[in-house]
Amino acid sequence: MASLINTFINTLNWPVLLILLPLIGAMICFIWPRSAILTGLITLSAVLCCVAGLTWQLLEHGVYRHPVGGWGAPLGIDLYADGLSLIMLLTTALVGSAISVYSTAYLKPQESTRFWPVWLLLLAALNALFLSADLFNLYVTLELMGLAAVTLTALSATRQAYNGAMRYLLATLLGSLCYLLAIALLYHAYATVDISLLAQRVDSSPVSWAAFGLISAGLALKTALFPLHFWLPPAHSSAPAPVSALLSALVVKASFYILLRVWLEIFAPLGAGAVELFGLLGMLAVVWGSIQALRQTRLKLLIAYSTVAQIGYLFMAFPLASNRPQLWAAVLYLALSHALAKSAMFLSAGNLLKYGGHDRISDLDRVVQRLPLTAAAFALAGVSIMGLPPSGGFISKWLLLEAAITQGRWDLALVMIFGGLLAAAYIFKVLGRTFTQAATTHEARAVPASMEWPALLLALGAIVLGFIAIPMFGLIHIGDAFGLGGVQP
Amino acid sequence: MISSANLYALTGSGLFSLGLYGLIMYAHLLRKILAINVMGSGIFLLLVALAYRSPGQPDVVPHAMVITGIVVAVSATALALGLMLKLATHSSSTQLPDED
Amino acid sequence: MTLNESIPLLVVLSSLVPGLIIFGLAEERSTLRIVLNLLGAVIKFALVIWMLWGVYNGQHYELRIALLTDLELVLRAGPLALLFVILSSVLWLVTTVYAIGYLENSPFRSRFFSFFSLCVTATVGVALSGNMITFLLFYELLTLATYPLIVHRGTEQARKAGQTYLIYTIFGGALLLLGTVWLYTLTGTLEFTPRGFVSQLDPSHYPALIMIFILLIGGLGVKAALFPLHGWLPQAMVAPAPVSALLHAVAVVKAGAFGIVRVVYEVFGVEFASSLGVTTPLAILAAFTIIFGSLRALFQDDLKRRLAFSTISQVSYITLGVAIAGPIATIGGVVHLVHQGLMKITLFFCAGNLAETLGIHKVSEMNGVGRRMPWTMAAFTIGAFGMIGAPPVAGFISKWYLGLGALDADQGWVIFVLAGSSLLNAAYFLPILHTAWFKQPPEHWHAEHDFGRHETALALLIPPIITALLALGAGLLASVAVSPLEWAKIIAAREFYQP
Repeated sequence: MASLINTFINTLNWPVLLILLPLIGAMICFIWPRSAILTGLITLSAVLCCVAGLTWQLLEHGVYRHPVGGWGAPLGIDLYADGLSLIMLLTTALVGSAISVYSTAYLKPQESTRFWPVWLLLLAALNALFLSADLFNLYVTLELMGLAAVTLTALSATRQAYNGAMRYLLATLLGSLCYLLAIALLYHAYATVDISLLAQRVDSSPVSWAAFGLISAGLALKTALFPLHFWLPPAHSSAPAPVSALLSALVVKASFYILLRVWLEIFAPLGAGAVELFGLLGMLAVVWGSIQALRQTRLKLLIAYSTVAQIGYLFMAFPLASNRPQLWAAVLYLALSHALAKSAMFLSAGNLLKYGGHDRISDLDRVVQRLPLTAAAFALAGVSIMGLPPSGGFISKWLLLEAAITQGRWDLALVMIFGGLLAAAYIFKVLGRTFTQAATTHEARAVPASMEWPALLLALGAIVLGFIAIPMFGLIHIGDAFGLGGVQP
Repeated sequence: MISSANLYALTGSGLFSLGLYGLIMYAHLLRKILAINVMGSGIFLLLVALAYRSPGQPDVVPHAMVITGIVVAVSATALALGLMLKLATHSSSTQLPDED
Repeated sequence: MTLNESIPLLVVLSSLVPGLIIFGLAEERSTLRIVLNLLGAVIKFALVIWMLWGVYNGQHYELRIALLTDLELVLRAGPLALLFVILSSVLWLVTTVYAIGYLENSPFRSRFFSFFSLCVTATVGVALSGNMITFLLFYELLTLATYPLIVHRGTEQARKAGQTYLIYTIFGGALLLLGTVWLYTLTGTLEFTPRGFVSQLDPSHYPALIMIFILLIGGLGVKAALFPLHGWLPQAMVAPAPVSALLHAVAVVKAGAFGIVRVVYEVFGVEFASSLGVTTPLAILAAFTIIFGSLRALFQDDLKRRLAFSTISQVSYITLGVAIAGPIATIGGVVHLVHQGLMKITLFFCAGNLAETLGIHKVSEMNGVGRRMPWTMAAFTIGAFGMIGAPPVAGFISKWYLGLGALDADQGWVIFVLAGSSLLNAAYFLPILHTAWFKQPPEHWHAEHDFGRHETALALLIPPIITALLALGAGLLASVAVSPLEWAKIIAAREFYQP
């Protein structure tokens, strides 16, 4: 029996299914909008199963590589999965499922019919992105993801939403074009876009540095690294809550993933000084984003600026991890924790918005006893964002802080601590108001359980990550994406 | 003597820069969208030009890339124009408002 | 997981699980809530007694859960841990009864009791933690769990107090985190060990160690209300009385003081710490806080605020005992951890009774209250005499050993601090007693509630009487084998005399 299951799991081509299923789902949703919710939920469940299957497969057989249609590089497209891809796919499937359940209750019917095809398309693009093995395929998926994300931003069809979406679209197109230009340069110099082939051929030449500069700039723009974050707050705050959650949790992580992948495989061996610039911008992002978050009076804007700050941490790790590759696992873990916590926060904000009809922080009006689950979700997510134990955020920040002190990088260490303090300040600014009575009491509408529980479960996930770091790090290290060469983390 | 491939490549780079300038400097959304298209065309030109690596048969891969790229660019432009129209009907303006 | 591994975990879970269940309970299911609360408290108490018996017979209770490959969550029941665990589990049981009576008809009880249980979970975790990282985890959990209790009433004043509390404690937590990580990068371990684990380090690290000591004590000093980090405590008085009782007698301030004990004895080792030259400044700071707190208490008319400043002063006795760095002073400091808890919780219970029964919040309103509520005021009197340090109440024992220890360690100046503080204690407690017992009661009390045959509800009356008797007993029976004093002696012997 066990061997039967084993054969079954190993014969199925999980990565191909991961891309195809959401794509087919998207088409079905588009053609039969009436059954969109059902189709969507079935697709998400199938995607969850596929990710589980892929996890098993990777654990059993190590990294996966598959030439689609048997063509192979350079003309064909290769799919590739290692621990790094797996963890991103896992995050996407988990967060995506919770948000999907949430959206069934949150979105109005006409929004829902528009939401599902685009969201499943986004899911297909994300999965394909995490499974791509060449730079050009990454470009195509990146662009697909960007267009789907922009469309979702505009979903609520208000002026603010169109504004945010337009700003986002221009930023994301500019970012992709920079990236595409870099591909042209790299292809000219090294005659390949396959990441592993490039890794063998690349050398320290002006072309490769120009390409790296363009890739960094383009992807930093898409990841909203300070000072290229200007598009993020309006886009993430004007979208409907489930979309904001998708954007903050998954979409910005995807461009970060490409940057990380490209850096690790191609440019890090060249020994770049660029890491210091990343570190500096990361520090500025943490401080600036947190202070901006603290200044906001609207909950969703506060959360959006918090994303700007948290992205800073990801970049602050570059100078540290370039001396100590084990640390990349911590960076990835931080991205994962942030994805769970931040989506939980946006979903809670959505609950509050539905409940009170507004998201003014000063008028939250005793939600702590009226919506205890939502308040708990926000608070638990906050624990991870602040980096307090026990949470995934804490584990990552502990490792980063330890590395910073060991390497004598007190500037980074102090900014991490200071960023945690600021995060506590803006999170408790919200939580404090949930206990008090607002000056104007407002009409309260019931919030269904299918909106409260996804938020709470995501937040609990961020907490649970604090206890399962060892097995998760085991997954991340499959295929040795960080070039540890057998060194135990 | 500049070879024709290099000339195309230089023109491509020039178009990219020109587009970038336009994207940043002009407030009108249609101009911004056009600027992005100019940038994209610049890159495509560059890709095609760089395909002539050695004399004789040009490399086919960049051509494949350009075709894919054009498809992507068309859909992006369509989305951008659609958004612009929506924005224009909602705010009777074809510019993005200043950030508050 | 063996039995001896699971018991420390069960001690933690026995309040966590009821707390989580209560969070989901509907407001009107008060019977189930009370049952769960008491059940948790009783189970915890029983488990702790079991552990106490086991440790007495040489059993070893330890649980290790790996967080990262070289970072573990450790729960361990050593003598010092047990001292604090017993204190918290006994006082939790008593406070639960009190809180049930106190919050009889007020709203949001589910939330209150849920976070109340979480607080105790965190306190017990702090007590049982076997290394710095576990300590840090529960220390932060305590911060988070007490916040909803401080803002419980949901008024603007409560929110402000909560904000102040957080600014102090989160800042303290950040200092503690930085110190802990730094320490870890030097030593590679965080395991609490008798006589410390840093003394083997190369002398070139000593400046860093001094900085780490300052960071850790700074982080812990916030909760221990060490001057100048005490500002949150008087403001936190807006919380309901059981919270004040629990926060001030057991949970928050004690977690800080307990942490200082841990850091000095089991991270640095007291002899090494004093050779680094960091204990004397700490002793001076503690002495200053003792006098400062007492002086401020003298001028407070609000009863709870007066008690709060008294707490600031009294908790620093523990720090002082630790910082004198001698075996006898250690006994005094460690035993005061228990004694101060018993006495101060009594006083806060009584203050709560006065407020709840007669609407009295200020010292100046207490004229003749002793005749209306003799039992409450009798308990209060015992607590107050204990604070002053009058024999035979427990406070006397602490001060006696502190004084002896100071002389033993050639720190004669401490005697003056103790004497001065006792005088000040007398100066702010005796007028209260005089007012309560000897002045003429008014015709009508502020907001009197009638509780029938007894002076107040039984659930409110019995807890302070029990804790007052315990405080008296800890003093009278100090030489009995299981008294807090004897435990403190064992702990001090382990730190100073064992190889």
